[in-house]
Amino acid sequence: MNYVILGNSTAAVGCIEGIRSVDPQGTITVISDEPYAAYSRPLISYLLYGSTTEEKMRIRPDDFYEKMKVKTFLGKKAVRVDSGRKAVALDSGESIPFDRLLIATGSRPFVPPMQGLDKVGKKFSFLTLNDAKALESVLTSESRVLIVGAGLIGLKCAEGIRGRVGSITVVDLADRILPSILDEAGSEMVKKHIGQNGIKFLLGDSVAEFEENRAHLKSGGAVDFDVLVVAVGVRPNTELAAEAGCEVGRGVAIDEASATSVPGIYAAGDCCECRDITTGQRRVLAILPNAYLQGETAGVNMAGGEKSFANAVPMNAIGFFGLHVLTAGSYDGEEIVETKPGVYKKLIVKDHLLKGFILIGEIARAGIYTSLIREQTPLDTVDFELLKQKPQLMAFTAERRAVKLGGAK
Amino acid sequence: MKRVYVNEEWCLGCHLCEYNCAFAATGETDMAKALKGVTIHPKIQIEENNRISFAVSCRHCDDPICVKSCIAGAISKTDGVVHVDKSKCVGCYTCILVCPYGAVMPAPDGHAIQKCELCTDNACGEPACVKGCPNGAIVFEER
Amino acid sequence: MAINYNIPEYDVLRDPQRCIACRVCERQCANEVHSFDPDSGTMKSDESKCVNCHRCVALCPTHALKIVKNPDTFRLNAYWGQNDISEIYRQAETGGMLLSSMGNPKPYPIYWDKILINASQVTNPSIDPLREPMETRTFLGKKPGAIERNPDGSIKTDSLPPQLKLEVPILFSAMSYGSISYNAHQSLARAAQELGTYYNTGEGGLHEDFYKYGPNTIVQVASGRFGVHHDYLEAGAAIEIKIGQGAKPGIGGHLTGAKITDAVSRTRMIPKGTDAISPAPHHDIYSIEDLRQLVYSLKEATEYKKPIIVKIAAVHNVAAIASGIARSGADIIAIDGFRGGTGAAPTRIRDNVGIPIELALAAVDERLRQEQIRSNVSLIVAGGIRNSADVVKAIALGADAVYIATPALIALGCHLCRTCQIGKCNWGIATQRPDLVKRLNPDIGYKRLMNLVSAWQHEIMEMMGGMGINSIEAMRGNRLMLRGVGLNEKELEILGIKHAGE
Repeated sequence: MNYVILGNSTAAVGCIEGIRSVDPQGTITVISDEPYAAYSRPLISYLLYGSTTEEKMRIRPDDFYEKMKVKTFLGKKAVRVDSGRKAVALDSGESIPFDRLLIATGSRPFVPPMQGLDKVGKKFSFLTLNDAKALESVLTSESRVLIVGAGLIGLKCAEGIRGRVGSITVVDLADRILPSILDEAGSEMVKKHIGQNGIKFLLGDSVAEFEENRAHLKSGGAVDFDVLVVAVGVRPNTELAAEAGCEVGRGVAIDEASATSVPGIYAAGDCCECRDITTGQRRVLAILPNAYLQGETAGVNMAGGEKSFANAVPMNAIGFFGLHVLTAGSYDGEEIVETKPGVYKKLIVKDHLLKGFILIGEIARAGIYTSLIREQTPLDTVDFELLKQKPQLMAFTAERRAVKLGGAK
Repeated sequence: MKRVYVNEEWCLGCHLCEYNCAFAATGETDMAKALKGVTIHPKIQIEENNRISFAVSCRHCDDPICVKSCIAGAISKTDGVVHVDKSKCVGCYTCILVCPYGAVMPAPDGHAIQKCELCTDNACGEPACVKGCPNGAIVFEER
Repeated sequence: MAINYNIPEYDVLRDPQRCIACRVCERQCANEVHSFDPDSGTMKSDESKCVNCHRCVALCPTHALKIVKNPDTFRLNAYWGQNDISEIYRQAETGGMLLSSMGNPKPYPIYWDKILINASQVTNPSIDPLREPMETRTFLGKKPGAIERNPDGSIKTDSLPPQLKLEVPILFSAMSYGSISYNAHQSLARAAQELGTYYNTGEGGLHEDFYKYGPNTIVQVASGRFGVHHDYLEAGAAIEIKIGQGAKPGIGGHLTGAKITDAVSRTRMIPKGTDAISPAPHHDIYSIEDLRQLVYSLKEATEYKKPIIVKIAAVHNVAAIASGIARSGADIIAIDGFRGGTGAAPTRIRDNVGIPIELALAAVDERLRQEQIRSNVSLIVAGGIRNSADVVKAIALGADAVYIATPALIALGCHLCRTCQIGKCNWGIATQRPDLVKRLNPDIGYKRLMNLVSAWQHEIMEMMGGMGINSIEAMRGNRLMLRGVGLNEKELEILGIKHAGE
C-alpha cells in the first residue's frame, strides 16, 4: 500500500502513527513545503519567549521518520492532486503516486485588504516557524510592535515577544479579546491581566490606513510602530482538496473516519471541517488535539483498520503571563457562574448535558469536565452538585469509579 | 501490564499516599527532612466526601489522550508508562484540559506539568503510594 | 465546670523535628486526640482522650509519635495505687460500674511461665520435623471406649460419633459479630478455612455472607439465643452451648444499641438500635439434666451429625462441673480461663472472678480420667494462650486443642488498649462504625492470621520433635514432658507435674 501525506504537522504525525498501528510495511511518503521535521506550530510563541528551542519544538524524536519508515519530501510543495490517476504533482515536477492520500495542508494566515499595507516594511504573520524566525530577526528592545488581531495567535505572539521589545499595542475590530473562546466577563478578566503585563489594547477599532511606520485608526487616532504583526485569522488550505474533487465547505468536509467525499482521500487537521458534537454544527475545529485524532483516525482507516473519531469538541488551553484559561465546548445554554478574586468559572448546561465551560485562574482537573462533554454524559447519572464545586470523580457512581479506577470491566 | 488500581472500599482517606508520593519525588532518605515545613505537590490525590475516599493518579491509559493532545510532543508512552519530558513541556495545560481522570497537574514551579510515572522517575523502584498504603487500597498489579 | 480529679493516663510525645503535620494521626484517631492548629501549622494533642491504641504511632510516616505512661502521678502509696485512686474518682463522678474489655490484666501468677518442656537427649532421639513425618492433625469429639471390629476384622468406623477435624490443634475462639466487625469475622472465617480449622460465631449469629464458611464454623447458642434458627444450626460444623466466659464468669453480656446496626440487627434477629442483653444464666438450664436436654435438642435438630460443645468459664469447682458436662451428652468441653478476653465486662468481674486456665485444665483432665469418662469428651482450653509454647503445655496438661482469640485479634492489629467497650476501635476490629471497620482489610487480615497460626504450627512441631513426639495424640496429657519451676507442692499436685530436677 502506498500512502501519501500532504503536510507534515500534527495531523500528519497522527496519520503516520495510525497507519503504522495497522500496517507496519506500506510505503509512507510525507510532502511538505516546510523544510523542517514535524514541529509544533503553537510553540512558536514559546520559542520567542525563550521557554523552548527549535530542537525541543519537534513533536517527535529525531529518529521518528526512520523508525516509522517514512519517506519525506520536505521543502517541496504539492501543486496538484489527480484523484483519477491517483498521483500528487510537486512543484519540482515530480509525480508521487498514491493508493491512499491524506490531505493535512493546514491553514494560512488571512490578511484582509487594508489600505496602505504594502507600504509597511516589517510586516509579519505568526503561524509558522519561519514566521517566528522572520519576526525575531527584526525585533529589538526598542521595537514598537503593533499587532492586528486580539485572538489566540495575536495575543500569544504578544506574550512571546513582550520581554524583548519596547512596546506592544494590540488593535482589534471586536470590542473584546479572545471572542472565539471567551465570554465578555472572561475576556475582561484576561484583558486586564494581559494589560497589567504591559500590553496596550485598542479594541472596537481598526486600522483605516497604514503608512510605513504609522497606522491611522478608524476612531481617528494613530499608532506609530516599527513592526507589524497581522493576526486577524486563518483560512483552511482547501484548494488541493477542492481540485481533487473533494467536497469543501469552510474546510475540507470529512466524516467520522476522516474520509473526504473522494474515495481513497482523507483529510485531517486545520484544513478540515467536522461535526462539533456540542452544537451538532459542522465547523473547522483548528485545534491541535483534533488534528492528531483526525490524523490518527485517517491513518488507521487508510491502512484498512477501523477507527472512528466522533466526538470532536472545540477546546483550548492557553495561558498568558501565568494566567491559565481552559475552555471547551459551546456556550449556548444555562450558565452556572462562579467568580472569586483571580478566578472565573462558568459551566454551560443544556439538554441535561454539560455543553461547555470556561475556567480562568483555577484550572485543576478540567479534563473531568471535558470528558463529560465529549462522552455526552447525562447529568442525571452523576452528582452534578459536586461537579459544580469542582471537577471530581466522586461525582460518578461507585460502579463507574470502579471501572475508571479499579479496573472493573 | 501492571497498573495502579484503587480499591475504594479499603481507602481510609489517611492521605499517606500523597505524602509518600511527594517524598519519593524528593530523592531524600528521611521524610521528616524532606517534607518538614513543605507544601506537598503529590501526583496522586485523595478525593473524599462523607465516608467515601479514594486515590486518583494517572491511569496510564491504553489510548492516552494526553499523549495525543500534547502540543509540544512532551508526553509519550513507553513500556506502559506515560511519561512527561519536562524540558519539552511549555506548561500550556492542554493535557489538564483533556485528562478524563484529572490526573495531570501543574508542576510546583508552574512551568510544566507533572503526573504519576509509577515511580520510574525516582529511586523508589515501585510506586511509593502502593508501598506505603496501610490498607491495600492502592495496589500495583496485573489484571 | 466540675473539677477533673483524674490525670491523663498517657502522654503523647510528638517530636517536632520529625512531625511534618501530614495529619495522618488526626485522621486516624477516632478518639480525637490529635488536631491541627492552622495558626501555628503544627499538630496538637489532647492526651486525656488517648487510650494508647498506637494507631497514630503505627501510621505516622516519620515516626514522630510516642505514647508513654504519663509521668504525672498522685502521691506514691504502696497500698493505694494510682489506678485504685483513679477508679474511685471515676465512680464518684459517674456512680456507675466500671467497664473494661479484653482479659484480666492484673499480676496474678502465670503458670505457663512456671512450666518447662522436656527434650530428648541420647536415649530417646528427638525428631526433626523438617525430615520426618510430624502430625499436628487432631480430631475433637467423643471417642469410643474400645475399638470395635467388623466380622472381617476391619475397624468399625460407621458408629463413630461426629468429629471435628483440625489440621492444627488451634481454633479461633468465640467472638460475636457485633462485638467485633464484619471484616474481623471475615478474616477469621477465611483464615480458618485456609488453615483447616474452625472459627466460632460467638453469640451474635452468623452473617448471611459467611454461611459459605460453614464447614469451618462453630455456631454458638448462648443465653440470649441471638440469631439462632434452624439454618444457623445447620450451617456450622459444630454447635457450642455457651454457659460462661472466662472474662466474666457468672454474668451475661450487654451489647449496646449503638452497635446494633442494620446488619447486626438482621444477624442477631433483634430490632436495630436495641441493647442486646444476654442473661447471666440460660433460663432453661438449672442442672446437668437441663443441660442434657439442650444438648440433645440441638443434636436432634441437626440429626446427630454435629458435635456439641459446652463452654464454661474456669471457676472454683470446674472439675466437678466438667464431670457433669461429660455425662450430659456433650462431645466437647471448652474451658475458658480468667485471662480470656471480652468486648466489654465489668472491671471488677474481669479482674477478680475465675481461676487460671492451667489449674482448671489439669484439674478437669485428672478428674475425667479418674472417673474414666475422659474419652467421652474432648477438651478445648481457652483464655490466655499467648504463644505456641502455651499450646504445647496445654496439650501436655491434657487439652485436645486450644481456642485463641486475643492472639488472633493482636494479629489483626489489636494493641490491647482494652477499650473495646467504647466501640471506637481504631483498628477496625471492635467497632461497627463503617469508617473504622474499613480499616481492617480482610485480604490482609486473613493472611496475617494464617501466618500466625502457621508459625505456631511450625514451632509446635519443633517442640514436639524435641520431645521425641510426632503426633498431638502422643503429647496429649503427657505430663511427664512438663516440669514446674518455683511452684509449691500444692500447685505441683494440682498441675500433676513434677518439679524441675525431679
